[in-house]
Amino acid sequence: MFRKIAALLVAGLIGVGVAHASEEGGLEPANIRLDDVASMQRGARLFFNYCSGCHSLRFLRYSRIAEDLKLDPKDVEQNFMFAGGKIGDPVISHMPPEDGAKWFGKAPPDLSLEARSKPEGWIYNYLKSFYVDPSRPLGWNNTLFPNVSMPNALWELQGIQTAVSKPAAEGHDASIEKLELHTPGRQNAEEFDRTARDIATFLQYAGEPAALQRESMGVWVLLYLALFTLLAYLLKHEFWKDVH
Amino acid sequence: MGTTMTRLQPKNRVLAWVEDRLPVLSFLNAHTSGYYAPKNFNLWYYFGSLALLVLVNQILTGIFLTMHYKPSAELVAPGISAAFASVEYIMRDVSWGWLIRYMHSTGASLFFVVVYLHMFRGLMYGSYKKPRELVWILGMLIFLALMAEAFMGYVLPWGNMSFWGAKVIISLFGTIPLIGDSLVEWIMGDYLPADATLNRFFALHVIALPLVLLLLVVLHLGALHEVGSNNPDGVEIKEKKKPDGTPLDGIAFHPYYTVKDIFGTGFFLLIAAFIIFYAPTFGGWFLEHDNFLPANNLATPTHIKPVWYFTPFYAILRMIPSFFGTAVWGVIAMFGAIVLLFLLPWLDKGMVKSVRYRGTGYKVALGLFALSFIMLAAVGAGVTAEKIPEWFGEKADATFIENLFGRFWTVVYFGYFAFIWVYTKFGFEKTKPVPERVTTHD
Repeated sequence: MFRKIAALLVAGLIGVGVAHASEEGGLEPANIRLDDVASMQRGARLFFNYCSGCHSLRFLRYSRIAEDLKLDPKDVEQNFMFAGGKIGDPVISHMPPEDGAKWFGKAPPDLSLEARSKPEGWIYNYLKSFYVDPSRPLGWNNTLFPNVSMPNALWELQGIQTAVSKPAAEGHDASIEKLELHTPGRQNAEEFDRTARDIATFLQYAGEPAALQRESMGVWVLLYLALFTLLAYLLKHEFWKDVH
Repeated sequence: MGTTMTRLQPKNRVLAWVEDRLPVLSFLNAHTSGYYAPKNFNLWYYFGSLALLVLVNQILTGIFLTMHYKPSAELVAPGISAAFASVEYIMRDVSWGWLIRYMHSTGASLFFVVVYLHMFRGLMYGSYKKPRELVWILGMLIFLALMAEAFMGYVLPWGNMSFWGAKVIISLFGTIPLIGDSLVEWIMGDYLPADATLNRFFALHVIALPLVLLLLVVLHLGALHEVGSNNPDGVEIKEKKKPDGTPLDGIAFHPYYTVKDIFGTGFFLLIAAFIIFYAPTFGGWFLEHDNFLPANNLATPTHIKPVWYFTPFYAILRMIPSFFGTAVWGVIAMFGAIVLLFLLPWLDKGMVKSVRYRGTGYKVALGLFALSFIMLAAVGAGVTAEKIPEWFGEKADATFIENLFGRFWTVVYFGYFAFIWVYTKFGFEKTKPVPERVTTHD
């Protein structure tokens, strides 16, 4: 009976972990795949064109990006390093943080660990949740991060969304029901989904470059341990033959 | 009684010379091949050796982490401390640093998994009872030292949850009347968790507490080998002996249990490796999202909660209301939840050890006790706070329902100890006959 209880407990614990992991509080699944090198490359290009003006990746080096994303270091120097520097340098934005604080109300945060400090898929959903809000200093707001200081850096691609409000219930503020595309951008909805996903994939990688190594290496470690455990079991069985 | 040490006489002259002066080999022999353990150990008996395995893992990986970690809260970039930056340096620039760090962080959580199962085994089979009270007490002291070790280790990365977790836990001492406030300041060495706090926690985490833990583990094993291991039948195997003086139901720890534990180790490492390589944060349970943000005394995380292994005790703390103008009662209850476990050998007056032969009341009580631990863990981890609006609708008074739920299971937790004492002291327990010899083995 206790063996059954133990099995149930273990199953329950694993279940809790998995349930917790898969539960993203109503976020649309981002379907990020770190084995999709092309997506990470596109994400890196988008990051350096649209994000790196304000945001640093202080814990990531250009040389590491070149190595992990299978890019030629020369191309990285030419396309990503706008102000020179060495290939071994970390990705530091050239906007002084004091200026950022002055212009946006808050210095743009370093994004090295942004993906790890948020639930899975958060960045993808965040990038898609901007809408115009004239009451904000820069005219932009975000449903996932209300009153965020950041304007929609990708508006040229996405177009401009407006909020459609639900009629307010008595005693409550009006709440946003959905976002609607008001002015189309250069990309259609499907293309922009891919753009958001590519950036999210690149930032997921930036949060933990070692993920590429551990995921490719882990399977060999597990196979080795499975073999070891099998041999250990046979050895135990052999030794225990004389226990009666 | 206990382990008798036979003096070995090695053939090798150098070894013989050493052995005559310091009988190392004889000592090791007495505690492995010369130590007789019951032959009917089941699944639950893997967790002791696994705890030792994890302890060794924590020490070895910890040594390599200290080679690159910097215990400094000084800022090296806007908002980023040297400590936080050095952890990311380990994760990115140190060769295999990520593996060593994940082995250490996963090891911390698995240490508690293994220790909690090891403790539950002790409850099930009455391993805390006479003559093993001291084995239990030493084990409880290991548990206490381990909690202090884990708490301080969690502070070291100096993430935002490190900072706020430290602030909340240290401020518990502030509820102590009269000296509370000065005590909190003394522990932190500042008015907030700061550089001084981080430095002293580093010293305690890497030197003081590991030494205490190692000493306690040696004493725990020494006391165990003196009285001998209990078993799932709760039968004293020393009472039935072969003509050569070894127990009839005993087998030599080495090679029988060493080879069995190697198999258990393989199985455990499979699970550990799966987590390390494919789910190192374990969905935010082993490494929390908020701790990937640097410590910031101006940005409080939405939900401050400890790592999962502290959540049952944290729930008890939260569920006890303040009255008479002080919140000290929750702190007392939280520590009381652990103190009662120390007293268990004397609260439980029953003569039968194993749950297999104990009364139905005991079986039900033990099941409820285990359930209360899990339910309190869910409350402490914020699972109930998240689920109650889902289950009862947005309009429901979530705090009221959570308090009702949490307080019910707190009563069950403490009720276990009261029940055990009444049940065994006044002869309510109807036990089954205990066999003379152990009944099964695999």
